[in-house]
Amino acid sequence: MQKLQLKFSFFVLLLCLISSNDILAQNMQKGKKIYEAKCLACHQADGGGVPNMNAPLDGASNVVGKDIARLVRIIRYGYNERVALDGFYYSNAMTASPDLKDNEIADLLTYIRNSWSNKASAITMAQVQAAKKKK
Amino acid sequence: MYKLSSLLMVCAFAFTAQAQENAGLKLPAGFSATLFADQIGAARHISINDKGVLFAKLNYPNKAGQSIVRMEDANGDGIAEKLSGWGNYGGTGIYVKGNQLYASSDDAVYLYQLDAKGDVINPTSPKTIIKNLHSRRQHASKSITLDPKGNIYVNIGAYSNACQEKDRSVGSKGMMPCPILDSAGGIWQFDGSKENQSYAEGKRYATGLRNVIGLDWNNTTNSLFVTQHGRDQLNTFYPAMYTDAQNAELPAETMYEVKEGDDCGWPYVYYDPFQKKKILSPEYGGDGKLEGGKNALDPLVAFPAHMAPMALLFYKGNQFPAKYKEGAFIAFHGSWNRAPLPQEGYFVAFVPFKNGKPSGEWEIFANGFAGEEKNKGPRQAKARPCGLAEGPDGSLFVSDDSKGAIFKISFNQ
Repeated sequence: MQKLQLKFSFFVLLLCLISSNDILAQNMQKGKKIYEAKCLACHQADGGGVPNMNAPLDGASNVVGKDIARLVRIIRYGYNERVALDGFYYSNAMTASPDLKDNEIADLLTYIRNSWSNKASAITMAQVQAAKKKK
Repeated sequence: MYKLSSLLMVCAFAFTAQAQENAGLKLPAGFSATLFADQIGAARHISINDKGVLFAKLNYPNKAGQSIVRMEDANGDGIAEKLSGWGNYGGTGIYVKGNQLYASSDDAVYLYQLDAKGDVINPTSPKTIIKNLHSRRQHASKSITLDPKGNIYVNIGAYSNACQEKDRSVGSKGMMPCPILDSAGGIWQFDGSKENQSYAEGKRYATGLRNVIGLDWNNTTNSLFVTQHGRDQLNTFYPAMYTDAQNAELPAETMYEVKEGDDCGWPYVYYDPFQKKKILSPEYGGDGKLEGGKNALDPLVAFPAHMAPMALLFYKGNQFPAKYKEGAFIAFHGSWNRAPLPQEGYFVAFVPFKNGKPSGEWEIFANGFAGEEKNKGPRQAKARPCGLAEGPDGSLFVSDDSKGAIFKISFNQ
């Protein structure tokens, strides 16, 4: 009986893993679509940005860092200052995206933080909402 | 097995040797190239004195803390063995005239004195020729050239893409008239020998130029020629009017001959190389077809969109074949705003000239700087052409502001 229980809980665990992976994959896919529509023109298909002009996302310490609120603000309100990042400066203004919903920003951030060479935690809608309150 | 591996090694060696031939560049028959210098820092423009000493202006100080690099190839093998430098500020412009060396930051132009050997005499105390020019992040770099009378021409790029009320924002209208044009978005003329000049002492020489990085004085026509970086992101801000594929080809990068008072049309119009017309910008009510800019110049040459002409040089020497004499070399940085299509244009182009006018189609002169001709983003480019200089023997030098390489191109037969 115990053995069966163990088997069952293992099965549930597996199911959870599979479905969370599925959700992650779905969110990544949704994030990718948003990236292609709104970000790729400047940040490029390789996430490498444009030297001196548009900041890179791939390998950028801020992007995979812990200050999620800042990332949310930049996406939502745009960015209109010279930005210093990992020893270089970038000059172009970034367009605001006030039309993006909280879940879309979460998917986009999940995609950006887990594409190219980036590997960082996925972002949830709750985190995006919490970031909004922080402002 | 041993035989196979040694064969592979020989192949690999042959391949490497092949890849390094002409420093990795593709050139027309009879030309060759050497890697004159490498990893010197983000080399923007370059200039050379009559003894062949080459100077590069760096976009920001290199690891040695220098922002002007002096290079000399004393033994003439095509590789600089003597490197030194000075200066602690980033910038783009550099111009050597006899014993005088002009260098620009993003808001000023300084003048250094050189000795007979081409060594700097006053590395920490240059004269300030021009100061307090607008440097507002975007298009902030200041390119310079001089005319034979000693006037200096400075590009003051527009701190904007298309003079929208809110820069690079969807739905934001173009400002009418564009208030940027009184102090940027054009070429300013100053006296090359007077100190402490700024807007009040200078003259707006030509306007309606979004950002000119390549400029050169043409001795045949005795006039200034410039290459403009056309506007970005027609598809991003007007997706109903322009597809990604259209944006990748619009608008043209353009070359103009400008005389005092000329207007090249930015931000009200852009140049469409397919319709061969100046088209009203969508920020100013355009629809991709409506024409505008009646009083603005038409370009002399239209190049593919977004490839970013960084330097312009009229060839004066005799080393290259006759077709190159008095023609224009243009260093293209390579695009970023063709995405999602592959990026292109990391090359040096040539336009033949006769009697001061283009006499044929433009062509690619030197290619292969990026490693591959197309890529997914400019960060992947091995080298991005940025500056041009002609040596006293007629060789052509090309600088790269990504890894800091200097290429020397010569004609051998």
